Amino acid sequence: MGTAAAVRESFQTENLSIFYGTYEAVKGISLPFAQNTVTALIGPSGCGKSTFLRSLNRMNDDISGSTTKGSIWIDGVDINAQGTDVIKLRQKIGMVWQKPNPFYKSIYDNIAFGPKYHGIKGKAALDEIVESSLRRAALWDEVKDRLKDSALALSGGQQQRLCIARALSVNPQILLLDEPASALDPVSTGKVEELIKELKEELRIVIVTHNMQQAARISDYTAYFYLGSLVEYDKTEKVFSNPENQMTQEYIMGRFG
Amino acid sequence: MRGKTNKKKIEKHHIEDLVGRIYMSFCVLLLIVIIVSMVYFVASKGLANFISGRVSLSDFLFGTKWAPEADTPSFGALPFISGSFLVTLLAALIASPLSICAALFMTEIVPGWGKKLLQPVIELLSGIPSVVYGFVGLSVIVPFLRDTFPGQGIGVAAGALVLSVMILPTITSVAADALASLPQNLKESSFALGATRWQTISRVILPTTMPAIMTGVVLGMARAFGEALAVQMVIGNAPFVPRSLFESASTLTSVITLSMGNTTLGSTLNNALWSMALVLMLMTFVFVLLVRMLERRNKI
Amino acid sequence: MKPKTADKIATTFIVFFALLIVAILIGLLGYILVRGLNHISWDFLTSAPQKIRAGGGVGPQLFNSLYLLVLTLLITVPLGLGAGIFMAEYARPGKLTNFIRLIVEVLSSFPSIIVGLFGLLLIVNYFELGFSLISGAIALTFFNLPLMVRITEQAFRTVPKAQKEAGFALGLSKWKIVTSVLLPVALPTIITGTILSAGRVFGEAAALMFTAGMSSPRLNFSDWNPLHANSPLNPFRPAETLAVHIWKINSEGLAPDAIQIAAGASAVLVITVLLFNLLARYFGRLIYRKLTASKRIN
Repeated sequence: MGTAAAVRESFQTENLSIFYGTYEAVKGISLPFAQNTVTALIGPSGCGKSTFLRSLNRMNDDISGSTTKGSIWIDGVDINAQGTDVIKLRQKIGMVWQKPNPFYKSIYDNIAFGPKYHGIKGKAALDEIVESSLRRAALWDEVKDRLKDSALALSGGQQQRLCIARALSVNPQILLLDEPASALDPVSTGKVEELIKELKEELRIVIVTHNMQQAARISDYTAYFYLGSLVEYDKTEKVFSNPENQMTQEYIMGRFG
Repeated sequence: MRGKTNKKKIEKHHIEDLVGRIYMSFCVLLLIVIIVSMVYFVASKGLANFISGRVSLSDFLFGTKWAPEADTPSFGALPFISGSFLVTLLAALIASPLSICAALFMTEIVPGWGKKLLQPVIELLSGIPSVVYGFVGLSVIVPFLRDTFPGQGIGVAAGALVLSVMILPTITSVAADALASLPQNLKESSFALGATRWQTISRVILPTTMPAIMTGVVLGMARAFGEALAVQMVIGNAPFVPRSLFESASTLTSVITLSMGNTTLGSTLNNALWSMALVLMLMTFVFVLLVRMLERRNKI
Repeated sequence: MKPKTADKIATTFIVFFALLIVAILIGLLGYILVRGLNHISWDFLTSAPQKIRAGGGVGPQLFNSLYLLVLTLLITVPLGLGAGIFMAEYARPGKLTNFIRLIVEVLSSFPSIIVGLFGLLLIVNYFELGFSLISGAIALTFFNLPLMVRITEQAFRTVPKAQKEAGFALGLSKWKIVTSVLLPVALPTIITGTILSAGRVFGEAAALMFTAGMSSPRLNFSDWNPLHANSPLNPFRPAETLAVHIWKINSEGLAPDAIQIAAGASAVLVITVLLFNLLARYFGRLIYRKLTASKRIN
């Protein structure tokens, strides 16, 4: 645990705790997220990793009865402090969920909606953002001829990539992925994983996953959560080849969880 | 925070959220103002006669003589109060068994096409305007009662029959929802014990869903108690405490409907009609309270 | 009695009563339509009523009902949307929310005659709007608003939560999410509910007798300036609706064909309500398709 927060990253948590009422779901976690890396959060169900992920862009704010203590630092600003403009903050942090949730709009509008809201004007500019976002999400070739069709008509895997493209459309610095491939078939999963590796060249990614192979394949750092606490955090190779903690080893070997 | 952000710029999204909140607050506030002023006006008008001492509360509630235009006018509202309660109770007695049977038909006997058949029937019945019920009551039920029973056909029986058809949809849809939400294993365990369908219905299904079904009955009664025109058209409107089901009678709503237009604001008669409106309103509170109590029981 | 026999008898009873309800509806609709359709003609639907002579129509009444409905919806829909959205998306569990819920419940349980009396006192007399379309529309708003709030709230509750989260994650304001992401998804349900509630408004009479009035001035159907006294569009003129007209001719109709007119008017009323029902279903589907831009619904 000591490795965390040794060097101040431009994005990191410090002593972050999350409560539902009096229940402490996440217990004082400090984690750095380096630029151009993928950090995987693993651990058994209910260990607090998803709650932790959701707190990184203050998504828990909307759940009544939840309170967050500690700090989340982005470029020297604690975004967990009072008075943070949460709406502005969320522009910087994109998010994709387990189940694809495209808007009930056309493929084009799904992507153009965010940029348009944030002040991009003119059809040409929007067209370009739509194309580049879809290209970055490796979806352009499949949908370029039917941009006006409903996003709901796409397959599950396509919908998920559309959601990634939607998140990219507002140029976030950070991408949070909550089990993005667990509802997809193997082929789609492969595509999404490929995409994550490409995207880390441009931004930093935090991913929650239940799939150990996936964590090993795509992440640079791995954090193992158990019962709301951070048990182990290190380079992924180290965690998977030679974990320091017995519990981590047992979980990775599939003994429990 | 850095100096630059100290001077907080008002961003577009802040303005949007503010506009939204103002708009919603206005709507909610209006809702509150409407209900508060409604209660206030009806109560202050309805109590005026008693406060000024022109009519005593007990004479109003228990007096059987309604003669507002006599030389010594009397404002006994018992004929109307009893008429309202009588038609409401009778309507509920007629409609409840029918509705429960319809709900059982939709959910237990033939869940497939039973629902497909009765759902639109219920929706259409609830969509028919009350004046149309009154018209049909006047041209079908009243002549039928006149030919079959002594009297003129108009009266409590005609009113109750018309109301019972009007509240069928209310009770049926609430009862059907209650039956449909029953856990499947409850029925299955009863069938597994070798019980027949009727034994299962009468000993397991109906007792468990009774509070929910009663909610439907109370909602139906609330509708019947407050219905004005359909009843007014068939009940005859004679201001007497009903002694027979086939004699002309009145309800609170029917006398308000007929007399309100012909009175001057502030007169004793006018205020007496407002007192009846107050009774109607208080009964609405009672019905809402009953529904809430039943719903609470249903949750446990 | 053997359980098997009891079961058979009970089942027979249940089926009989259920079918009896179907028979009541068929009889009711059949009676109204058979008696009424004979009397419905273009002339009946467009000409003015006669006081004493036979052959009067319901033209002004039909127009009044439709116009009043439009006015009412113009007031009710924005108000109902605002309060309904508040209840579905903003209200946090607590005393205030419970209180508003109670208010909506009580207001929707009030007998319509009380709404009419309140309208008479406050709008007609106190605000001096007199017996007029606008008074009627306000009274009908009191009557319809709680339903509209419920329709909106329920429609918003059926929208998947993930839609809202997706909007938040893009850095949209909550109000923008409500109006641009959630509302389009909820709209088909809201429109369907609104049209169904319009049927209820269209047939309402008790709330209107003392607000919109029981008479209609001689209308000049070639003058569409809303400020002219005899213009059909003038919202400050008294307006007897179709439903009120049915009640009136049944109670005090003097024309020899009063009963036929009542039958014809009833049929018109019922057919209109049936049309609203069909329209509600059709629109719900159509708008859903349009807003989601989908060629098929999945």
